[in-house]
Amino acid sequence: MKAITFALRSFGREIRSGEVIVLLAAVALAVGVLTAVGFLTDRIGKAVARQANEVLAADLRLRSQEPVPESWQDAAAQYNLQTARTQTFPSVVFAGELSALATIKAVSDAYPLRGAVRVSDTLFGEQRTVDNVPPRGEVWADGAFLARVNADVGDTVQLGESELRVSAVLTYRPDQSVGFASLAPSLLVNIADIPATKLIGDGSRVQYALLVAGRDDDVDEFYAAVEDDLPDAIRVSDREDGSERAYRAADRAQRFLSLTAVISVLLSAVAVAMSARRFAHRRMDTVALMKSLGATQGFVITVAIVQLVLLGALGVLIGSAVGYAAEETLAWVLADIIAADLPPVGLMPVVLASGSALVLLVGFALPSLLQLRNTPPLRILRHDMMPPAPSRLLVAGLSVLAVAALLYRAVSDPWMLVILLAGIVVIAAALYVVGRLLVASMGRFRSGVGVAWRYGLANVARRGRASAIQVVAFGLGLTMLLLLTIVRTDLLQGWSKTLDEDAPNHFMINIQPHELDSVGGIFEAAGIERPEFVPMVRARMSTINGEDVKTRSYPDPGGEWMANREANLSFAANLSSTNEVIDGEWWPPDYDGPPLVSVEEEAALETGIGIGDKLVFKVAGQDIELTIASIRRVNWDSFQPNFFMVLSPGALDNMPTTYISALKLPQEQKSVLVSLVRKHPSISVIDIDAILQQVRGIIDKASLAVQAVFVFTLAAGIAVLFAAVQATIDERRFESAMLRALGAPRRTVFAGVMTEFGALGLAAGVLASAGASILAAIVAVQLFELPYSFNPWLWVSGIAAGVVLVCASGFVAARGAVNSPPVDVLRAA
Amino acid sequence: MNNDLRNGATVLAALGISKEVSSPEGPLTILSDVTFSIQSGESVAVVGPSGAGKSTLLALLAGLDLPTSGHVELNGHNLGKLDEDGRARVRAESVGFVFQSFHLVPSLNALENIMLPLELAGAGDPRAASLAIIEQVGLSERFKHYPAQLSGGEKQRVAIARAFALEPAVLFADEPTGNLDSRTGSNIMKLMFELNQESSTTLVLVTHDLSLAERCDRVLTLEGGRLVSDSKAGS
Repeated sequence: MKAITFALRSFGREIRSGEVIVLLAAVALAVGVLTAVGFLTDRIGKAVARQANEVLAADLRLRSQEPVPESWQDAAAQYNLQTARTQTFPSVVFAGELSALATIKAVSDAYPLRGAVRVSDTLFGEQRTVDNVPPRGEVWADGAFLARVNADVGDTVQLGESELRVSAVLTYRPDQSVGFASLAPSLLVNIADIPATKLIGDGSRVQYALLVAGRDDDVDEFYAAVEDDLPDAIRVSDREDGSERAYRAADRAQRFLSLTAVISVLLSAVAVAMSARRFAHRRMDTVALMKSLGATQGFVITVAIVQLVLLGALGVLIGSAVGYAAEETLAWVLADIIAADLPPVGLMPVVLASGSALVLLVGFALPSLLQLRNTPPLRILRHDMMPPAPSRLLVAGLSVLAVAALLYRAVSDPWMLVILLAGIVVIAAALYVVGRLLVASMGRFRSGVGVAWRYGLANVARRGRASAIQVVAFGLGLTMLLLLTIVRTDLLQGWSKTLDEDAPNHFMINIQPHELDSVGGIFEAAGIERPEFVPMVRARMSTINGEDVKTRSYPDPGGEWMANREANLSFAANLSSTNEVIDGEWWPPDYDGPPLVSVEEEAALETGIGIGDKLVFKVAGQDIELTIASIRRVNWDSFQPNFFMVLSPGALDNMPTTYISALKLPQEQKSVLVSLVRKHPSISVIDIDAILQQVRGIIDKASLAVQAVFVFTLAAGIAVLFAAVQATIDERRFESAMLRALGAPRRTVFAGVMTEFGALGLAAGVLASAGASILAAIVAVQLFELPYSFNPWLWVSGIAAGVVLVCASGFVAARGAVNSPPVDVLRAA
Repeated sequence: MNNDLRNGATVLAALGISKEVSSPEGPLTILSDVTFSIQSGESVAVVGPSGAGKSTLLALLAGLDLPTSGHVELNGHNLGKLDEDGRARVRAESVGFVFQSFHLVPSLNALENIMLPLELAGAGDPRAASLAIIEQVGLSERFKHYPAQLSGGEKQRVAIARAFALEPAVLFADEPTGNLDSRTGSNIMKLMFELNQESSTTLVLVTHDLSLAERCDRVLTLEGGRLVSDSKAGS
């Protein structure tokens, strides 16, 4: 009790006297970084997830061939969730004399719960976002449908027994699918108009859906509550299967943000450990004095722990405020770019940051403070008496546990945790060993050069272990910064490569062979390059190496589905630029032999087939036997038409072939599509601009978040460098004063300090470059599924950054030491 | 305090204490078989040339360190039988220190430094007691000042006030004037002897200033780690 009151009282004094400011700053910085990153990842994560949810137009979708019972809607309402209903079915729609098959999407008032519908007032005109659904008696129709039936906005269409007025061109709905499954252009109508059409009766092919959205917790609770009671007929989709592509981008972004948070935590940990050491060291005299005055070990340790807790609390308070302020500022600055409807921040990041601060302090500050307990009271008479160093096992154990705990929260993936931990331990050990080697080798360079050089190198050598630890700290911080830089660059490049500005924004499908010239001519007449037409033949696989595809066993359920579905085959003389042969060989352009096939990598893997296997496809009643000649990797993100099975030229001659084409059309040239669909009503034009915009939006937000978080991490890294220099500042002040008292000019003292930091920075830079290269390769391949390529600039920039950052920190930190008047320093000692 | 100890009873005894430390050249004997006892209320100077073992003896007597052989009895406690915390408790209840380099806590002001041992011992009203004693050492105007804002003499006054705050049975002073000029030094010693008389504390003073030693009741002379003379002052 006495110790607690004492600790409380003296804590106030310590704060006032500025003694604990360094450590407090380190903790506050750690919490600030964690909170800011936490807030940001929380919000960006939510925004990205919400964007991904757009693909469902909801957070959760219950879909069935039967009407979804009212009771589920009521249940959702009990969890404060918004709901909307949709009915989707194909129907032939008439406009005057003409008719076309359309997908009817009937929606209730709240639709869509996520995302927004976009319409335009003329065919292929400017789009605008609307926040309502078609009023009763009206319909919003796809441009392709209107073109096909030669209708326009303002005309009337016949849907079943109802007449509805076309009041806008439907250009985008969040849940339209990109695939070829819903080929028919869609019509958006009010669900209340459907009964009057009398289109829905027994045996109609209607998909009913109940859309649900709300706060994440509420959605999760609702789903958990109803999951078991849902009949099999109801299929539930959530964001994870909403859109694979969007989800993959979001998933990468979240993993990246987690990784960034982890790196910030590690840097903060290093800063906390360093300043705790300094804090403990500076308190040794006081502890020795207190012990000589009769304080027990228990007293000393209670004081230390109470103060640690107080420090943690204060650090959390300041750090959360800083983090929150930083996040708010960032959100405000980015308000135009990040969608304005970013979900509000939860308090969770503060709670997590507080927990992390505690873990940080226990893992990294406690060992140094525990060491204080063993300060010999004799130190009061003999200043060189030091407490025995804390047990290495304890220090290593606590810090590894703490890092593991913090890492696990961030990556929540045991395999990743092991990789990261191992990487960190290996790099730290390597840095330490090389640090010691460097220190040991300094001696031989000392003679024969100027006094500043000798003084600098002597310092590195004399501080021995401390120098090596500094190399480890600098090196580790630098490794993280470099790793982040490469991974970020790789990621952004990876993303932008897959979605560059030239990505096609329109698909034309169902082009008949005899239409190719005419279609090409229409584009050429409008001054647009003739698009490339890719052939497509519908087929069904019947046997694999003579085995029936229905009875064969597959390594993956995906393979079974792949083998049994109706397949689209294509043929080509040359390999598409978005494909890469990874096994076997592509046939020569003039190949004329027996039919060969090139299979997509994952399809081959899941189906369990490889080079030389024989596939038989049934095409228009004929069997075609194909031999697998190569396995291809396909960049599906390219939005170019691609196929699982590409055949050699001639293999599909005389088979019923249609063509598809992907092309990039700027807004001002879109009018060409009106004449295209008027002249060739059977060709479907799919406008994927909206979908591309959606995907780009996700990626933009994700990369923006990454860059913002990167700034925080950079700040944490620099803080570590400063903490490291700060740790030796007393010693430096004294030495510099002594050298100057002995007549050394300030410039010489500075040159010495720079030599020392330059040597440390060089070592740290070399090691960090090596470490970051290795880690980046692992991370790129294991985590982001991106290929990794060696980058020599990493070494140049790593070493340069090491020398420059360490020298700059050294200069800033040591300037004060070199400049303090020698007489003051020597008197105070 | 234990009044019976003040009436000539033994308050501090060194019984055949030796101290060896290991050095690169093998074991080094710093103190060798030193025996003496000090009565309550006595003032004793420990003198001898540099390296004679004076500071080591002080550390052993105060329980800051343990002898290699022999033992120390301080205010009725055999220090050799106590662990570090036990020795700390003995110090808290019966020992005060004044050091050559003052050893004030830089983050605490003058008053707070004086309060420190009182707080450690759980004394009643540390603040009032400290204010009273800071007046005795003539620093009541400056009690809010931090050590860095005090002169050497003022720092030592604070240290003395801190040492006497608990009215310890034994006050150890290690070269208390070593860092002060002669005029300030003699003022400090005057103050220390006055307080010593008023509180009838036992004073153990390590010094190499013979004129200072002569003001004590008794002088113990160390040479090469051995006690070579134990004489009444002036004799």
